[in-house]
Amino acid sequence: MLMLGMCPTLAVTSRAGNGLGMGLSTTVVLIFSNACISMLRKVIPKGVRIPAYIVIAASFVTVIDLVMQAWFRGLYQALGVYIPLIVVNCIILGRAEAYAKDHAVLLSVFDGIGMGLGFTAGLTLISILREIAGCGTVFGFDFNKRFFDGRYTPVSIFTMAPGAFFVLAFLCAFIRCKKGNSKGTGSFACMNTDCGKCRRCKGKQ
Amino acid sequence: MEHYFSIFIAAMLINNVILSQFLGICPFLGVSKKMSTAVGMSGAVLFVIVMSCMVTYPVWRLLNRFNLNYMRTIIFILLIATLVQLVEIILRKMMPSLYKALGVYLPLITTNCAVLGTTIKAAEGGFSLLESIVYSLGVSCGFFLAIVIMAGIRERLDNNKDIPKAFQGMPITLITAGLMAIAFFGFGG
Repeated sequence: MLMLGMCPTLAVTSRAGNGLGMGLSTTVVLIFSNACISMLRKVIPKGVRIPAYIVIAASFVTVIDLVMQAWFRGLYQALGVYIPLIVVNCIILGRAEAYAKDHAVLLSVFDGIGMGLGFTAGLTLISILREIAGCGTVFGFDFNKRFFDGRYTPVSIFTMAPGAFFVLAFLCAFIRCKKGNSKGTGSFACMNTDCGKCRRCKGKQ
Repeated sequence: MEHYFSIFIAAMLINNVILSQFLGICPFLGVSKKMSTAVGMSGAVLFVIVMSCMVTYPVWRLLNRFNLNYMRTIIFILLIATLVQLVEIILRKMMPSLYKALGVYLPLITTNCAVLGTTIKAAEGGFSLLESIVYSLGVSCGFFLAIVIMAGIRERLDNNKDIPKAFQGMPITLITAGLMAIAFFGFGG
C-alpha cells in the first residue's frame, strides 16, 4: 500500500496535518472517480479507457482543488502543486484499472473508501513520525515542551527532503521485518507487483 | 543570458525534481535498476517535458485570457497525454531508431508526475516562453542526473552482500536516495 503513489507520500508529509489532508483529499477523489468509472464502465470503449479515466479523475481533482481553495486556505497553500498532481497518482489509475472497471458502483465506492483510508493512514503515520523527529510536535501539539521540558533538540533534517526518504526506508524495513519474510514476499514484492501493475496499465495504452 | 543560466541551474541542481521536489519518484525507483534503462527513460522524459512545456505555454496564456485558470489540471493532462501519443506515432514513422531507444518508456510518461508538475510550475511561475523552455530543460537534466547516479549506485549495491536482510532492495535504495538528497541539499547553500 505504501509503495503506490510515492510522490505525495514523500512530498507533503513534513507535518501531520498536511499528510492527513492530502490523504483525505486523495480518498475523496478516489471514491468519486471509482464510482464514476464503474458507472460508465459499459460506455467507455476499451481503446481509450486510460485517457477517459484520467479525464474523470482530473475533473474531480479540479473540484477538490476549488473546494480547498475556498474553505481550507492554509492546507491549500501548504500542499500547493501536489493537489493537481493527485491526478497522476498511481492509486487512482491503478484502482480504476484493477477494480472499478469491472465491478458494480457500490462495491467500487467501498473499494475506494478502503484504499483511500489505507493511503491516508500510511501518509499520516509517516508525517507523524517526521513531525515528532523534526519538530517535536504532533498536529501542532508540543510534545517536546510537555514531556521533555524542551530538552529534546529537533532534528530538522526530518522535515526536509532527505528525512522523507529515511523515514520511508525504515518503515519499509520494519514492515518487512515484521512479516518475517523470506525473499520475494512482504512489502518489497508488493512494491514490485503494484508498481508493475501501474506501469503495465500505462503500457497497455 | 545570465538570467536563463540561473533558471537552468536552479531547476537542475538546487530544486532537483526528484530529490527535493519529489516529482517522478515512481520511475526514479522503478527504472533505476540498470544504467541503460535509466538513460533511456530520462531521455524520453527530457523529450516529453520540453515538448509539453512548449505546448502548454500558449494554452495557459489562452486560459488566462478567458479566466479559466481552474481548468488547467484537466487541460494540461489531456494535452500531455495527446502529445505523448503523437510523439510516439511520429517517432515510429520518422525515426525508428530513436523510437526503438525511447519507445518502451513513452507510454509510462503520461502519468509521470514530473511532467505535469513541471508544466504547472512553469505556468504558475509566470515564465515567458523561452524561460519555460530553459526551465523544463533544467528540470529534465536534473532528472537525468539523479536517475543516472542512482542507477550507478544500485548496480553496485546489488553485489553487496553485507546489507541486512530487512534492508535489501527497496529500503536500502530509499536510504541511498536520502543520502543523495542530503548531497543535493548542499547546492541550496
